[in-house]
Amino acid sequence: MDFVNAIILLLNYIFVPALAYGSQLALGAIFVTLIYGILRFANFATGDMMSFGTMFTILFTWYFQSVGISLGVLPTALLAIPFAIIFMIGYMLLIDKFVFKYYRVNKSPPVQLAMVSIGVMFVTQAVVRIIIGPSDRRFFDGEKFLIKAGEFKEMTGLNEGLAIKSTQVLTIIVTLILVSTLFWFLNKTKTGKSMRAYSDNEDLALLSGIDPKKIVMITWVIAGILATIGGALYGLDKSFKPFTYFNNMLPIFAAAIVGGIGNPFGAFLGGYVIAFSEILLTYAYRKFFMYILPETMEPGGLVQLLSTDYKFAVSFSILVIVLLYRPSGIFKGKVL
Amino acid sequence: MRKNLNVIAAYSIMMGLIILVGLFQSWNIALSIFNLCLISAVMTMGANIQWGYAGLINFGIMGYTALGGLAAVLISVNPVQEAWSAGGLNILLSLFLIIGMVLAVRYVLKKYEKSKTRTYIIAAIIILGIIVIRFVSEPGIEAIEEVDPAKTGFLGGFGLPIIFSWIVGAFFAGGLAFIIGKVALGLRADYLAIATLLISEIVIAIIKHEDWLTRGVKNVIGLKRPAPYEVNLQQTDWFINLVENFNASKLNSISDFVERQAALNQFVIEGSSVFVKLCYSGLFLIVVIILLILTQKALYSPWGRMMRAIRDNEEAANAMGKNVVKQHLLIFVLGSAIVGIAGAMLVTQDGLFTPGSYRPMRYTFLIWVMVIVGGSGNNFGAILGGFVVWFLWIESAPIGLYLVNLTTAGLDDTHFLKVHLIESVPYFRFLMMGAGLLLIMRYRPKGILPEKIEIK
Repeated sequence: MDFVNAIILLLNYIFVPALAYGSQLALGAIFVTLIYGILRFANFATGDMMSFGTMFTILFTWYFQSVGISLGVLPTALLAIPFAIIFMIGYMLLIDKFVFKYYRVNKSPPVQLAMVSIGVMFVTQAVVRIIIGPSDRRFFDGEKFLIKAGEFKEMTGLNEGLAIKSTQVLTIIVTLILVSTLFWFLNKTKTGKSMRAYSDNEDLALLSGIDPKKIVMITWVIAGILATIGGALYGLDKSFKPFTYFNNMLPIFAAAIVGGIGNPFGAFLGGYVIAFSEILLTYAYRKFFMYILPETMEPGGLVQLLSTDYKFAVSFSILVIVLLYRPSGIFKGKVL
Repeated sequence: MRKNLNVIAAYSIMMGLIILVGLFQSWNIALSIFNLCLISAVMTMGANIQWGYAGLINFGIMGYTALGGLAAVLISVNPVQEAWSAGGLNILLSLFLIIGMVLAVRYVLKKYEKSKTRTYIIAAIIILGIIVIRFVSEPGIEAIEEVDPAKTGFLGGFGLPIIFSWIVGAFFAGGLAFIIGKVALGLRADYLAIATLLISEIVIAIIKHEDWLTRGVKNVIGLKRPAPYEVNLQQTDWFINLVENFNASKLNSISDFVERQAALNQFVIEGSSVFVKLCYSGLFLIVVIILLILTQKALYSPWGRMMRAIRDNEEAANAMGKNVVKQHLLIFVLGSAIVGIAGAMLVTQDGLFTPGSYRPMRYTFLIWVMVIVGGSGNNFGAILGGFVVWFLWIESAPIGLYLVNLTTAGLDDTHFLKVHLIESVPYFRFLMMGAGLLLIMRYRPKGILPEKIEIK
């Protein structure tokens, strides 16, 4: 029985949260990787673009709530996401037309584009803060828990409860659907294949009659979808605050690079690698060992490898190690 | 003279703007803007050496700034004797263990050929070392943090004058840059940017959470000053006389003695804070001028020529027998050391060290905006960039407020749009920075004062 309790403990505090957090990171990482693979620059505005999409999700959620539309047990935000995506894509295409296009046409070095993306980051941050303000916003409604800890205990008679938030399940399901659709699109459709070809070898792709304008536009459309959904899911699960979103850019970059930048599947897995290592290394295992070990061997301290303060530092250290020993990432190989 | 006309014009406009702030807002505000402009200029010079001279992209400026600040704390704060006796031994022991660990890793690296076994051995040494160090340091850290946690709870520093920390800060930052450079300089430009950004976040995480060393988020306040204190100045005779002479015409027009005394007191209070700020300005100005002379000399020396050659064509420079890796490392360390000086200067001016306030937006990206806007590769441009961008960063809120009032003049004062816009005035600075950066990069990609190399 103790063993089952220990497993439930790990599931509750490590596995489920890490899976949800990893999915959110994965969506962001695929966003970074797509931009890097096709448009060829490191997009420092990632976090703020995600917060821009989330902002519109929140605004539409408020609107639907005010006119009394809801999805019952599901959060209203799900209904708002498609509308937010439209605005997000519009914003991205606008930025591309007025900012990034010039440098792409002139074939500027990637560093210059990265600098430009910092300008976009400043502007987007300002726009978000001016429209919705810098404070913490919660926009979740509907049923909060799928399984409550207390109910679970009653049901199974165990000491440890397993609480599963509906947002966590929602995050994982939506991520899986979105990512599998994306991979199907990239691998099976003609447009997807031409995108991969363009990312692999631009000149060759142009020679074989691929329209670069179309590729770039579709990349921004996909990126807009990913950024909005990724941001909205993170906001539903935790809360929306522009500053947190800006900071999330860092683990997202870590995930994208660890997975091998330019490789969407690597980015997808990279998200989970980062999330799991962050939580595994900073969790205090004391209770776990109390269940597993006989009483005489119970540990005195918290049995925590690193204090939770170093959560971000863990993912960055992994990134540094990967950069040193395998600069092309864990799942290296082709670009995109 | 004529060649430098644009430089002189740009600087005069900048000075004129600061003087305008002094006339219309107050001299206190103008001087605090000026001081932070000078500090920003030092940071920008550091970043400019790396980016402008050598084309190295360093997004870790925040980390070096924080290390400079840490140096100010470690140099100037008096040592906490109880904390040392409580846990000093454990900390020193851990320090020796770390040194031993590094030496062991070095030994293995030198002695054995590159192989999988070697990697495993090194990993084993590091992991074992970390576990042992944790066991040794934990009781010491706990004991130190329990010593009067409301006031100290850390080891303190060396109790030296804070001005020394400017040099020590440079060494701290340079040391960190050496390690980062060894690790990361081989990476491609955009990877290097991301890697340095993340490493600087790790540095901040350590400074924030190692309370025994830095007091962490509890902050260190009341640091020593290289300048006199306002309270002392207000009671010093020569200072009161000075203020009296300075404001003689205004004071003489007041006939009533009591009123005259009250006015004088007011002038003395205002004057004392202006005087202190002027002291800082003088110190900072000396640093900026020394650095400017050194960097200008370096730029026109054979070494500067070599750096430009490496920047513009790495392969060709390599073929000419220049050691690119070594020069990159050198310039990475030099630039970071200058940023470290700025970090120490910043903490010296504030008189407090707040690890929680180090954020990439303010200390990394803003500095980069300064470099790009000012003109990379040109030291005068870099300094000007520091001035212009910091000035706008501070003054954009009043400008934004003015613009909001102007555009919404037709609306009622309680109209929700106007209220909302006035509330969000502080964020106009982001908009201004972003738009400024985008415009400069598009229409004047070399900055306000572009790089101009004349061979003498």
